[in-house]
Amino acid sequence: MLDDTDRRLLRQLQNDPVATVQALAARAGVSARLAARRFDRMRGEGILRGQRARIDWRAMGYSVEVSLRFTLEKTAPDAFDSFIAAAREVPEVVEIQTFLGRVDVRLGVIARTLPHYHEIYRSRIVTLPHIADIESLMHVATLKTAERLPL
Amino acid sequence: MIELDAQDRAILHALVEDATLSSPALAARIGLSQPVTWRRVRRLEEAGILAGRRLDLDLEALGFGVTVFLGVKLATRGRVSLTDFERAITAIPEVQTVEHVLGLYDYRLRVIARDLADFERVLRRRILALPGVGNVEANVLLSEERRPGPL
Repeated sequence: MLDDTDRRLLRQLQNDPVATVQALAARAGVSARLAARRFDRMRGEGILRGQRARIDWRAMGYSVEVSLRFTLEKTAPDAFDSFIAAAREVPEVVEIQTFLGRVDVRLGVIARTLPHYHEIYRSRIVTLPHIADIESLMHVATLKTAERLPL
Repeated sequence: MIELDAQDRAILHALVEDATLSSPALAARIGLSQPVTWRRVRRLEEAGILAGRRLDLDLEALGFGVTVFLGVKLATRGRVSLTDFERAITAIPEVQTVEHVLGLYDYRLRVIARDLADFERVLRRRILALPGVGNVEANVLLSEERRPGPL
């Protein structure tokens, strides 16, 4: 279990992932040795799995972002597995999520332009297996991507 | 927009997996000298393609057992101030991301909570209490996979 010190350290790390352990320790009000030990333990226990670089696809020329929400034909026993396996083969798919609710699967899809999106949609998306229904939400703007946990 | 070659893409791949890679380790992985690798990383940062880092944390171990995606439709468009709604919704700590979308819903929200009871509290007391909120659809996240994208 995490105690207050762990949470303080994680909060500081969330605020500034590139800071040194010394700096994080000072901000959390603990010694650098203690901070290093706590971070090691959280890594060892799989709580802190790592840090991933964030890629801004817009800066790479991918200006279109669409959320595609699928209902699958659940009569096929392997509908989820074969749908997801096929979706992984589409390079423009950046996120695959499964849900409990009205939507079964959501794919986050990026494209350079609307004609490019249209092409991906026609040749790679509607051809995915076991689709019963598709809804799309066109992304206009991101107002918050904190993904910073209220620890 | 800058042109990327195979080595730039390899750098992006490596840093998406582990943003904490030291520059000697990254250079060795890519097969370029350290100064050349460093210059390429700087170039990717300056172009806005490398846009910071994301901590990969085990949400469940941190006590956030439930992630829900909410589609929110505003009830009385035109009469409700979008600015007020956006300001209020982004200020809720459990609301991790807010995206403005076109389609069935106006906004797509990612909400984290300790459990379903806690989610219900956040939904009723904080989200549904905001003026202008109309139709809301909730889908509980079961699994999530981030893909490398078209690198």
